[in-house]
Parts: sequence; C-alpha cells; structure tokens
Amino acid sequence: MQDIDVKSLETAFQDRIDQEIKIEPRDWMPEDYRKNLIRQISQHAHSEVVGMLPEKNWLTRAPTLKRKMALLAKIQDEGGHGLYLYSAAETLGVSREEMVRDLLSGKAKYASIFNYPALNWADMGVIGWLVDGAAIVNQVALQRTSYGPYSRAMIRICKEESFHQRQGYDICLQLARGSDEQKRMLQDAINRWWWPVLMMFGPHDSASAHSAQSMKWKIKRVSNDGLRQKFVDQTVPQLEFLKMTAPDPQLKWNEERGHYDFGEIDWDEFWNVVKGVGPCNKRRLAVRNKAHDDGAWVREAANAYAQKNN
Amino acid sequence: MKDWPLWEVFIRSKNGLHHKHAGSLHAADAQMAIENARDVYTRRNEGNSIWVVKSTDIVASDPEDGDMLFEAAKSKIYRHPTFYQLPDEVNNM
Repeated sequence: MQDIDVKSLETAFQDRIDQEIKIEPRDWMPEDYRKNLIRQISQHAHSEVVGMLPEKNWLTRAPTLKRKMALLAKIQDEGGHGLYLYSAAETLGVSREEMVRDLLSGKAKYASIFNYPALNWADMGVIGWLVDGAAIVNQVALQRTSYGPYSRAMIRICKEESFHQRQGYDICLQLARGSDEQKRMLQDAINRWWWPVLMMFGPHDSASAHSAQSMKWKIKRVSNDGLRQKFVDQTVPQLEFLKMTAPDPQLKWNEERGHYDFGEIDWDEFWNVVKGVGPCNKRRLAVRNKAHDDGAWVREAANAYAQKNN
Repeated sequence: MKDWPLWEVFIRSKNGLHHKHAGSLHAADAQMAIENARDVYTRRNEGNSIWVVKSTDIVASDPEDGDMLFEAAKSKIYRHPTFYQLPDEVNNM
C-alpha cells in the first residue's frame, strides 16, 4: 500500500475514534492499534485465569457451605471472563493456542496482584472487596473502549463482577463484627493487600509506556492515576464502615481537592513483581502448567470423539 | 495442541424474541459447543435456547463495501413515515 493511502486511512480511523464510533474486527486499523489491543486484552484474559488460583486454594477450607458456593460461583465467573476476553482478542487475528502458550511459558504478563499469597480466610474477603473493587473501577471505564468486541466483553464482565465485590465485603463485614481475633485477621489482610491493590492501576501516567497512545485511540478511557484516585475515594468510606484502617499514614481527606490524599507506592516492589520476582510468580505458573498438562487427556479424548463422529 | 474449531453462539433470552449473538467459544464438536455455551454465556438465566454455528460457516459482508451496500437505503427517506407531513387533525395516523 502507498504511504499516502495509509496516512489517509489513519486519519479516517482517528476520525471515527473521535466520533465515538466503535471499531469492529474487520475494519481497517493501524497495526499498532491491533498490537496494543492484543497485548492489553490477552493480559486481561490471563489475569482472569491466574486470578482463579489464589482463591481456589480456599474452596475446600471455606467456613460454611454458603461461603463455599459463593466462592465457587465467583471463580467460575472468572474462568468465563477469561474466555470472553480470549475470544475478543482472537477477533484481532491472534490464536487461542498462541495466547495460552505465552501464558504457560511465562512470556505473557498478567496482573501482578495475583503473585501475592492468600494466607487465610480473611484474604478471600479482602480480595473480593479490594482486588475485584479495583478491577471494577478499571473495567467500568473500559466499557467505553473503542474496540467493539472488547467493549462488549467489558459490559458483560461488569454486570457479573459486582456480585464478586459484594460477596467479598460481606465476608469482611462478618469478620469486622466478630471476635477480636477475627478483627485482627481482617486488619492484617487489609494491611497486606492495600498497597498491592493500589499498584493494580499501573505506573504513574508520566511513567506509563503505552498510556498516551492508548488514550488517543481510546483503548484506555481514564488514566492510571485517575482510576487509582477514584478507587481510593470510593473505598475509604467502606474501610471506615468496617472500623478498619489502611496502612498509609498519609491517607487523608483533602477538602481543597475534594479527594483523598495518599502516600507514594513502593515502585521498586511494583517493578520486581512485574518482572517476575514477586512472592508467588513461580508457583502460579507451575500450578497453571500442571492444570493444563493434567487436562491433556480430556482434550485428546474430546478430539478423538469428534473425529469418530465426523 | 491445535485449537478446537471456533463457534459463534446465539442466545434467545425468552420466547418471542430473536436469538442474538452472545459471543464465541472453542469446542471439539457441536454438542460440546452447546454445553460450553451453556456454561460460558448463560450462568445467570440469560437464555432458554442456544444456537451454535461454526465461525467458518458464517459469510460476512466486507466493511469496505459498506457504502455501496447501504447507500441505497440512506437516500430513500420517503420510506419513513416522518417524510409525510399530515394536517394536525389526522397526524396521529
């Protein structure tokens, strides 16, 4: 294609984005838009899949049948959300096989939050409340993303996620109304998860490699720092209702800004976990690989059966 | 391991409505596609009927042909009731 044609296609493309017209799979798009989306959507899908792992450890140890059923349903949703997102990425020309391979080999990234351990039952409450809460803030903004299939997946996911957060907060509420030991357990879980959750929104806007272009193409709709502030603002009243505290002495309402101020994230820790030296990186991938390998006979049997009937 | 074929899933949310595209999934055969669609797309009573069709069996119009295909309809404003201005006395026709 002539350079001049590409230029005019790019201009027409940006015009459509600016007019809030969604881009659909077979429409022309710049190669970088495609690549950027494949990266973001597949990372998002991997995060849903790996996100099942910290919670599945607690299924057999849930305190009641009610809690167990709710947790099981939440984990099943996460599997489903991974599948919606993989399908959305596939419309851009990447294969499922390729994405799964990149996750299993450690080449692909997923949300760093899942490389932290879930040490006790209070973690199930705090993960649902804070981790899913942060994910929801991010995903609500992404419902308006410019790529049609991604936007549709996000709308579906958001509809289902609010149960996740509420069941998490419900666990926290029960602990907060319980014995001193249960209260201590809850506070301990909050202390461990608070900072990693704030890290979920990614680096500062000024240090985020893909942010500016993603905002221009409306792949992202709100900046990392904007989303983080929104999350803190809506979470602090929930924290106070539990009569719990955040491990941040600088967390304070700022009347002038109309927002909460909060302390600085430990960015060394952030980059370490991203680069693979977090507390559970190796374990998560090992468990995921084992599950994939253990399921091989099921996939083979299904193939053999389909072939026999063809 | 090669991917299973891709299937497009259509769900009817209740009798009286059309089946509507819900998304896609991979499955080894049609029966598995229906069963997976049940788990992936109807966890919250979204439907009472599922269609699945292999993605490769769908023929789609080319977005580049959009103008050519749909221009004819755009220019025929007289196909819409609002094209005809009637006197107030009979305008609820």
